[in-house]
Amino acid sequence: MKPVRKITATALPLDRSDVDTDQIIPSDWLKRVERTGFERGLFSEWREDPDFVLNDPRFSEARILIAGPNFGTGSSREHAVWAIQQYGFEAVVSPRFGDIFRNNSTKNGLVPVQVSADTARSLLDCVATEPATQITVDVERLTLSAPAAGISAEFPLEGAVQHRLLEGLDDIGLTLLHTEDITSFEDARPAWMPSLA
Amino acid sequence: MGRTPSARTLSEKVWDRHVVRQADGEPDLLFIDLHLIHEVTSPQAFDGLRLHGRPVRRPDLTVATEDHNVPTDDIAWPIADPVSRQQVETLRDNCEEFGIALFEMGSPGQGIVHVIGPEMGLTQPGMTIVCGDSHTSTHGAFGALAFGIGTSEVEHVLATQTLPQQRPATMSVTVEGTLPVSCTAKDVILAIIGRIGTGGGIGSVIEYRGEVVRSLSMEGRMTVCNMSIEAGARAGLIAPDDTTFQYLEGRPNAPAGPAWEAALDDWRSLRSDDDAAFDTEVVIDGSDLVPHVSWGTNPAQVAPIDGAVPHPDGFAEASSRDAAARALQYMGLAPNTPFKEIPVDTVFIGSCTNSRIEDLRVAAAVVDGRRVRPGMRAFVVPGSGAVKAQAEAEGLHEVFKAAGFDWREPGCSMCLAMNPDKLSPGERCASTSNRNFEGRQGKGGRTHLVSPAVAAATAVAGAFATPGDLR
Ligand code: SF4
Repeated sequence: MKPVRKITATALPLDRSDVDTDQIIPSDWLKRVERTGFERGLFSEWREDPDFVLNDPRFSEARILIAGPNFGTGSSREHAVWAIQQYGFEAVVSPRFGDIFRNNSTKNGLVPVQVSADTARSLLDCVATEPATQITVDVERLTLSAPAAGISAEFPLEGAVQHRLLEGLDDIGLTLLHTEDITSFEDARPAWMPSLA
Repeated sequence: MGRTPSARTLSEKVWDRHVVRQADGEPDLLFIDLHLIHEVTSPQAFDGLRLHGRPVRRPDLTVATEDHNVPTDDIAWPIADPVSRQQVETLRDNCEEFGIALFEMGSPGQGIVHVIGPEMGLTQPGMTIVCGDSHTSTHGAFGALAFGIGTSEVEHVLATQTLPQQRPATMSVTVEGTLPVSCTAKDVILAIIGRIGTGGGIGSVIEYRGEVVRSLSMEGRMTVCNMSIEAGARAGLIAPDDTTFQYLEGRPNAPAGPAWEAALDDWRSLRSDDDAAFDTEVVIDGSDLVPHVSWGTNPAQVAPIDGAVPHPDGFAEASSRDAAARALQYMGLAPNTPFKEIPVDTVFIGSCTNSRIEDLRVAAAVVDGRRVRPGMRAFVVPGSGAVKAQAEAEGLHEVFKAAGFDWREPGCSMCLAMNPDKLSPGERCASTSNRNFEGRQGKGGRTHLVSPAVAAATAVAGAFATPGDLR
């Protein structure tokens, strides 16, 4: 994973609540066994509508996705994160994220920026009227700011998650440093627990 | 009475006994007792292992099945769709290479991943269970801590048999009273989601409690826990009791002999302490519940089947109003239309929510001696090879076929549009599955979530109906 420190970019306003992962990437795209090539699947059904915001050229440079509450609920498909990232977004802003989506995002270096409903509302409104608004997501300070619009907010991220994002660290490598702990845990498990050996 | 500081909820107890490593400022490292995998969310994880030259740490705690891509009308190899076929072949190759037990299409053990774990006795109280699939919450019915994970986490579990996880918040949903006979477990969970919303459980593990929950069979409890994710919850669970133990005793992977007694002693301790505190508590009276049907495009958009499609103006919040208006447009529904006057094109009985033997028995009892409405497409997809065999031993397949239902092979089928079972644009479906998202059952398809009893009655009536509505 590449380190993520600070993102300064314009944003795309996706003014909808309950954007589930089936909408982010429909199941047709889940048959692929590769980890790349998902950008074309991003919101592929909604994109058929020429008025859908992703088709609006004013937002074609956006690297921050702003949405309503309950973004990324539903299916656990990590393909949703891959699609958003491969399309070119580096952060997603919402008042509330689905838990699995949130986890998947941080494993891939996509920053989930959770802000209050009021902040999200102001951001959606200001970006819709002024698409050139520059927004900065600072992972080191855990802040989001859009100075031109007078918006600034903090967002939460667990310390360990923030550290991994900043350093671009791989979880598995970190866990394997504790193999001894895993082995002693395994040795103490009751023998009757199910196993397919 | 004050609270004992050490009082813990069930989910906290299960959590605590799986902590491999705890350090300040870091998520707990949890040991995973059972890792279920299927063809859709695993290929990239195995690629990751190969890339780093890592083995699967515990193939003996890993089980694979084929479910999402399975064609349910003709399960005979090979799958016609080349992309689906490649995904299933990739799973087979990966299981072979890494030494993982796999239940292939057409083999007796094959089925939907959340149906086969419990029926093989692999799902037991107090375990941690994960799968690259959000409906892993199903296994919580046994008092296990079971949750869905993404592909990066699948790779992590394959490599280390552990997962770093933030401790979730606790939530209790108590359903009191006695459930009316017209209601099923599906109506209970639809009503709960309607009440707490799609984000109500985010960040939490829900423990379902109360008389109504206690009175449910294991099948019913699985239906309830299955849809925890639809309320946004990390997991859902129910304390194990005699119903749980009776279900497990004698199953292939359940402990036997003296080990059974040892396991029982342990399992009986798996309950929330009387004075344990939950971060959120919700209480619902189950005595006045009625069968529910979803009308929108998220699982919280549900209403009693006796009523009518709501009017968007009836929602206080602007965002709910907009969402309702959008949903009704997609669903092709006019506000205030009585549900029982809405014609339905397709009835699907299946999915990891409602494809177990008890679900099929209920549906068969409703359609026995009746006929599916002419022009209606209706089919039943058992959740596993074992469910199918049991249903056939009981003659249920004959009841369904005589009524005009298709009787299919086990798989996810029309729960999601990854195999040949799909809705066409505009087609309206009464479905026993768990998600009514736009396009979930096929592009442009319109899904209404219902119980097996309502689905069966609807197939006969041609519009939404309960068994009581059939003459
Ligand atoms: S039946 Fe549906 S919800 Fe269940 S595992 Fe299959 S696709 Fe997922």
